Amino acid sequence: MSTTTPSRGSTGHDSAARDAETRRSKDEASTRRRRRLLVGYLPMVLLAGFFLFPVIFMFVSSLKPDAQILGDIGSPQAFLPVGDISLQNYSDVFDRVPVGRFLFNSVLVTTCIVGLGLIVNSMCGFALSRLEWSGRKVLLTVVIATLIVPFETIAIPMVYWVSKLPTLVFENNVPMYDFGWLNSYHVQIIPFIANAFSIFLFTQYFSTIPKSLDEAARIDGAGWFTIYRRIIVPLAGPAFATVAILTFLPAWNQYLWPLMVVQQESLRPVMVGMQYFFQLNTAWGEVMAYTSLITLPVLVMFLAFQRAFVSSIASSGVKG
Amino acid sequence: MTVPTQQITPQGDRSRRGRTGRARSRVAGSKEGRRAAYAMVAPAVVLLVLFLIVPVLLAFGLSFTNARLISPNPPRFVGMDNFLRAFTSDPTFIRSLINTFLFAAVIVPVQAGLGLVMAILVNQRLRGVTWFRVIFFIPVVTSIVVVSILWRFMYQGDGLINSMIDTITFGAFQGTAWLSNTNTALGAIIVLSIWQAVGFHMIIWLSGLQTIPEELYEAARMDGANGWQQFKDVTWPGLRSTMVFVLVTITIAALGLFVQIDVMTQGGPRDSTTTLVFHAVRQGYRQQETGYGAAISLIFFVLVLIVALIQRYLTREKD
Repeated sequence: MSTTTPSRGSTGHDSAARDAETRRSKDEASTRRRRRLLVGYLPMVLLAGFFLFPVIFMFVSSLKPDAQILGDIGSPQAFLPVGDISLQNYSDVFDRVPVGRFLFNSVLVTTCIVGLGLIVNSMCGFALSRLEWSGRKVLLTVVIATLIVPFETIAIPMVYWVSKLPTLVFENNVPMYDFGWLNSYHVQIIPFIANAFSIFLFTQYFSTIPKSLDEAARIDGAGWFTIYRRIIVPLAGPAFATVAILTFLPAWNQYLWPLMVVQQESLRPVMVGMQYFFQLNTAWGEVMAYTSLITLPVLVMFLAFQRAFVSSIASSGVKG
Repeated sequence: MTVPTQQITPQGDRSRRGRTGRARSRVAGSKEGRRAAYAMVAPAVVLLVLFLIVPVLLAFGLSFTNARLISPNPPRFVGMDNFLRAFTSDPTFIRSLINTFLFAAVIVPVQAGLGLVMAILVNQRLRGVTWFRVIFFIPVVTSIVVVSILWRFMYQGDGLINSMIDTITFGAFQGTAWLSNTNTALGAIIVLSIWQAVGFHMIIWLSGLQTIPEELYEAARMDGANGWQQFKDVTWPGLRSTMVFVLVTITIAALGLFVQIDVMTQGGPRDSTTTLVFHAVRQGYRQQETGYGAAISLIFFVLVLIVALIQRYLTREKD
């Protein structure tokens, strides 16, 4: 790591030899620097190849007809947009499945989960971190304890549970109630609004904001909702960004839950919509077009906000 | 999602309260404050009770019944029947348990180790290192459903993976249809799972690395420590709590393996890739045996709980 030149026993050498020695050590230093760069970059370049090749293959293949995808597989052309390039696969996808509808469903469900989640969880975090009331400690303990419950544990009982929940229906404009939440938008949204981890992050972040701000506002006669809305929320931008990103990804990627609770095609999100392609002979060009289509928005968002993405992931880990 | 090792303690505000004293508690503990607090936690509490607490209790309750998803008869208590069935007369369940353990046993050390190596690489002071960080993270933002479909295509007998292996080894190694071969299917799924998730843990390791003060490295260098000694004596001890967190999150995620199986193999060929959660969904949802599915989910939960308790034990020991 260090750049000190090696000092081999130079005592007793004449000046010419010393010059030669210096030159050699200079050469050595520069080869060493080059080697260090190589050692530094080479593994990263190899790893970059490993992480990128499937993604590049997907995007490139989505532009090619099936026969050409299979033909190119044996050569580097598999990764190059050459040959019979077109957007034909994309227009075929739109003909075959209601992609627009799936995208709309996913955007709607994701927006509601993230948006409502920010409000509900940040209010809860506010009360947990800045207000004193009996039950505060209990709730905090429960929230932290439930962090370890993976969704997969409760998925099966939850299907059973939501299939029994009452729901409001309108028959001839008369409100009635019926049982069962299956096949709806709300069954995809409501269970995921409150999130123990988001509450935890908000609580943690809010407690770093000085309480003297609240007191000053209280003296000016502000109510707690006003303090939450006008003082805390504007100061907690990073916490909101983190929670938004951390709830956006799983909401957009939901698969197991909609697979079980939404049979109706017109209500399905993009990830479940994929199943249409595996009916008879798989048209891989179209599949690649579809997967590219649903990956691209997230990828663009990630590249645009990569700093925020990376730091929110980091904050989901250990601090200090 | 995960178990943070840093807990919220009221100590921080207690010290602050000492200064502002009685005025504060009179204000915050006021009736209006309490009412505001209840109003503000109410939506979250109602939703958490309905969609977290009740389902957890149902998981316990239903696993002792013969409940079915759609049935005219109410669930009947059957005692331990579901658990007995799982361990004594359901070979697919045993197979799922073994596969899940195998998957976790391989993926935990490999993914954690690779993540650490990557974190050290992207923590170097080199030009353009941020770009590598972004590239390594791209699979993480790609949906696991998309990733599974993509790799399913690449793993075909005449697919991209085999043609690349053929090129690299100059035809010396014959590939197989990775996902249709009972010997390779689970391994193939392990590779793509690591490919998708390792960038996440790289970031966690990286944030752990960056909490280690530079002065420690300088001091170690002055004492003549080489690169390996610096890693062994400075980096590694400084990463202890990060390591526990990384190992636990990978283990819990590994135990919950589902999407890859559902998209790529449906548990086949010949049950060589069936897993706990996949089996729970197959029985509890597709076969509509909610009671039995809940029992399998509960077994999965117990495993997760054991892992979480081990984490608690390890992080407590440190203090």
